[in-house]
Amino acid sequence: MNKAYDRSARLVSRLLNIDLAELDDWNCCGASAYISIHELKAHLLSARNLSIAEKKKKDLVVVCPACFTTLSKTNHYLAEDRKFRRTISTALKSANLEYWGGVKVRHLLDVIVKDIGENEVKSRVKRKLSGLRVAPYYGCQLTRPFGEVDDTQFPMMLDTLLSWIGAQPVSFPLKAKCCGGLLMMTSEEVALGLNKNLLDCAAQNGAECIATICPLCHMNIETYQGDVNKRFGTNFHIPALYFTQLMGLAFGFSRKELGIDEEMVSSRVALEKYLEAAS
Amino acid sequence: MLAERADRREHLLRDVFLQDIYAIPGGEKIKECIQCGTCSASCPTSYAMDYTPREVIAAFRAGLLDRVLKSNTIWLCASCYYCTVRCPSGIKLTDIMYELKRLAIEFDLAQEGAKAPVVSKLFVDNVNKNGRVSEAGLVSKFLLKTNPLGILKMVPRAIKLLIRGRMQLIPHRIEGIAEVEKCLAAAASLGLHPGPSEE
Amino acid sequence: MVEKIGVYICHCGTNIARTVDCKAVAGYALGLPNVVVARDYLYTCSDPGQEMIKNDIRESGLTRVVVASCSPLMHETTFRRAVADAGLNPFLFQMANIREQCSWISENRELATTRAKAIVGAAVMRVEFNEPLEVQKVPMNPNVLIVGGGIAGIEAALQIADSGKRVYLVEKEPTIGGYMARFDKTFPTLDCAACILTPKMVSVGQHPNIELLSYSDVTDFSGYVGNFTARIRRRPRYVDEEKCTGCGQCEQKCPLSVLSEFDCGLGKRKAIYRPFPQAVPSTPVIDREHCLFFTKGVCRVCEKFCPRGAINFEQKERFIDVQVGSAIIATGFDLFDASRVKEYGYGKFPNVITSLEFERLTHASGPTVGKIVLKNGRTPESVAVVHCVGSRDNNYNEYCSRVCCMYSLKIAHLVREKTDAKVYEFYIDMRAAGKGYEEFYKRLLREDVTFSRGRVAEITDVAQNSSENGKLIVVAEDTLLSIVKRIPVDMVILSVGLEARRDALQVAHIFRISRSKDGFFLEKHPKLAPVSTAGDGIFIAGSCQGPKDIPDSVAQGAAAAANVLSLIDRKEVELEPTIALIDEDSCSGCKICIGLCPYNAISFDEPSGHAVITGALCKGCGVCVAACPSGAIEQQNFTNRQLTAEVEAICA
Repeated sequence: MNKAYDRSARLVSRLLNIDLAELDDWNCCGASAYISIHELKAHLLSARNLSIAEKKKKDLVVVCPACFTTLSKTNHYLAEDRKFRRTISTALKSANLEYWGGVKVRHLLDVIVKDIGENEVKSRVKRKLSGLRVAPYYGCQLTRPFGEVDDTQFPMMLDTLLSWIGAQPVSFPLKAKCCGGLLMMTSEEVALGLNKNLLDCAAQNGAECIATICPLCHMNIETYQGDVNKRFGTNFHIPALYFTQLMGLAFGFSRKELGIDEEMVSSRVALEKYLEAAS
Repeated sequence: MLAERADRREHLLRDVFLQDIYAIPGGEKIKECIQCGTCSASCPTSYAMDYTPREVIAAFRAGLLDRVLKSNTIWLCASCYYCTVRCPSGIKLTDIMYELKRLAIEFDLAQEGAKAPVVSKLFVDNVNKNGRVSEAGLVSKFLLKTNPLGILKMVPRAIKLLIRGRMQLIPHRIEGIAEVEKCLAAAASLGLHPGPSEE
Repeated sequence: MVEKIGVYICHCGTNIARTVDCKAVAGYALGLPNVVVARDYLYTCSDPGQEMIKNDIRESGLTRVVVASCSPLMHETTFRRAVADAGLNPFLFQMANIREQCSWISENRELATTRAKAIVGAAVMRVEFNEPLEVQKVPMNPNVLIVGGGIAGIEAALQIADSGKRVYLVEKEPTIGGYMARFDKTFPTLDCAACILTPKMVSVGQHPNIELLSYSDVTDFSGYVGNFTARIRRRPRYVDEEKCTGCGQCEQKCPLSVLSEFDCGLGKRKAIYRPFPQAVPSTPVIDREHCLFFTKGVCRVCEKFCPRGAINFEQKERFIDVQVGSAIIATGFDLFDASRVKEYGYGKFPNVITSLEFERLTHASGPTVGKIVLKNGRTPESVAVVHCVGSRDNNYNEYCSRVCCMYSLKIAHLVREKTDAKVYEFYIDMRAAGKGYEEFYKRLLREDVTFSRGRVAEITDVAQNSSENGKLIVVAEDTLLSIVKRIPVDMVILSVGLEARRDALQVAHIFRISRSKDGFFLEKHPKLAPVSTAGDGIFIAGSCQGPKDIPDSVAQGAAAAANVLSLIDRKEVELEPTIALIDEDSCSGCKICIGLCPYNAISFDEPSGHAVITGALCKGCGVCVAACPSGAIEQQNFTNRQLTAEVEAICA
């Protein structure tokens, strides 16, 4: 459901000289739904990914905060708990795998903002998104629970990045509040309510579009926007774009390349002024 | 008689719960709960829960885990981690919720008609078989199990997603699936206690 | 000469006897070389027990005594005194700990008894090499240094000065009074803080025995008990204290207003100012960071208008040295920085204020002349008081700040008294332990304050319905009902906790005081010596030792004063002779020991080329003894001979 995220992330990374190689034969990291049934096995799945990355002597970059949290948790627990370490090593060994804890897990946003930095990003901007009012939406699992990437409740990384590419990040007090995640499938009513609050807040602060960093948040807030409108009698029409898509736009890639026409809530109107040159 | 059985089960639940919780680094902090209620007030979905997050810990202390596992509470946890981050006693409440989910499924106490356990089980099956999740497969199987008529509602959305190239129909099986299978089998024997048997 | 050793094995009731076979140990001791008397006894520390020892010394001519019982921290002094009473040098007595280090940590009687025998044997072999040491006496300077002019320091100063001793009271701010001077009313009596404080402040200012050194701080403190030297920096006020009458003309005429620290930045003061009208001393001070003369070289209006010509821009910082025999540190606390709890919006929402800011609002001489108003000048219709901000929280301070529940109740009362606003108190527990405190809580319950049990999770301005528009919404679970509430209010008052002062580390270094985990100064014993520190002659009092209310601060101030007066009355101070001594011939002059000494007791004597220990400063910690590569340092009563004898006995 997020090919656009994948494509735009690769395009943008290549341009910024971030050498991203897809992890060989990666498996699901065991986040949320999996860890609800098996904790140890979920960590094992993560550990397999980490061991593959370690063999390649590379850090692991993810674009999904849930993967980020599960992989980070695995790393943390391995470092903190000797019994856990032994169990995981034994299980991995049965499949001829091993992991020594040397892989850093990063979210792409973190890599771009902290490692690549302002000058490099700004230098690539061909089309400033001047005046585009964007609500930066972080969701939950990038900064929580560890708080290592950014502030747990009031992060600023995405706001900063948006200003680098010329967009105007609006004040968005609910920027790190929950979209409901998997609850959209299992308790739709509750999840719709959460998204209504988010959309309300974005609209009140004059956002023309919402920038996301998580595929699940993206789906909830835009694919289900129609359902929110139907349920609450609202009339939201705020497109949601991945931060990599917005970056790609600023860097001069075309709408098609970035998958910008694949959303359910069209961004055509919001991006009109920037898109003539972009088709 | 019934009361005795319930009592025994409560003890077993409690023992298993504690054993698992203490295995999580920082898990023993659950004992330091001062019942301040910050978790409940930080939780985006607590308003819809039968028992608020704080009550879950109160129930654990009172030896009433049983009723919590039978309620809708744990299935409404969205893992947003607000509770964990704000708790003044440093209790890893989200991880405790995960543990309760596992227990509810293992002891078959989940509410009738609760959808989340179904999703999770399907998710696990999917991953165990293929190494990755195929959303189309997951969602359709889920709807078949919980709300067959809901498939009709989903069709227009599915079509839209298909057209926009946002949905894969054919699941991708990873090459290293054998590795995954071996690891998981090893885990089952090493695990603190085995999970429910897969379907 | 052959020693005659007496050994006493104590039962300590059943504390030791339950696990150790005391009779067997006594029998064993009798078989050791030079032991002429070996007894076991039920309670050796009792009067009859001590008499028994004294008798044996006199009748059997004992030259050494060993008591095997509890920890030396308990009764070493008791037995040393008993032994001295009988005419034997107290340092020829050795204590063997077979309780804390034996019976209390064993469950196996056989093993414990064997262990006890080893411990006793070691003490017996060691005591043979004990030397008769003489206690060193140093004169006690009756002057006292008190650092900090808050209520605790003021109390201590008055008590000591009233007894005729000289006090140097050093205060960092231009006026004494501390935090109490900024409060409006005090709980639970609702006394006006200034009304009860200012008479004491005036007494301090006028007392012939108190030299008040305000706008000053201590930069160095050296010496040992009875004989300290304090270097005090006197900062320039640029106003001559002798000439100034406190008429206030300068303040009136000064053209420059800046934010007032005393009013928490809510009000203004002039560049030449007194922090508050009843300041002691009443001499104003010029703030050279803002004063137009110091920053731009112009103005000098105050100088023009001062009828006594007291303004002196030429004043310089100067240092004075004072000699004292003891010191009381009463430097107080700081408040928790509420902006750290980001979800409460302090610093973001203008009408979220701290408890101290509220005190200034409600204070008659505060920035709003006692009116409780919002930032836009309007009276609030609803107010929330949030407990436990920064306290009882692993993310900030783990401890409870003790006073916040009570002052939160006081705040609620003041709001109800002065406005018609609805008041909500959000608490976790209601801590009302002092005299009249629980009754005060009852009073507030009667005053129609809405209490809601449940810690506030966040304060937001994002409205979810029309009744929340334009309000601050307090989100908290009512844990007694298990309902999460969103309460819209106009003003939020954060009951912030108390912390150690930001400069506590520097003060601790200067006076060589330790700090506990929470950052406050460490007392010698939490129950039995709450105002003493590990350093002889240095005492602490008030909230610098831990969060506390005014009654307790005053009590501690008085307690510290009593400790000091007791020291002074002795006229001489006895120093433990178990100090380190340097053998000059063996000292190579490497200076390794000098930097290691935590008490700065070792100095280097250039002419002779070796290190010298100031006996009075040495506390016998043993670090230099262990570190000296030449083995030139030995510690009295812990000599190599003694320690080797102990070890050999245990290994035998």
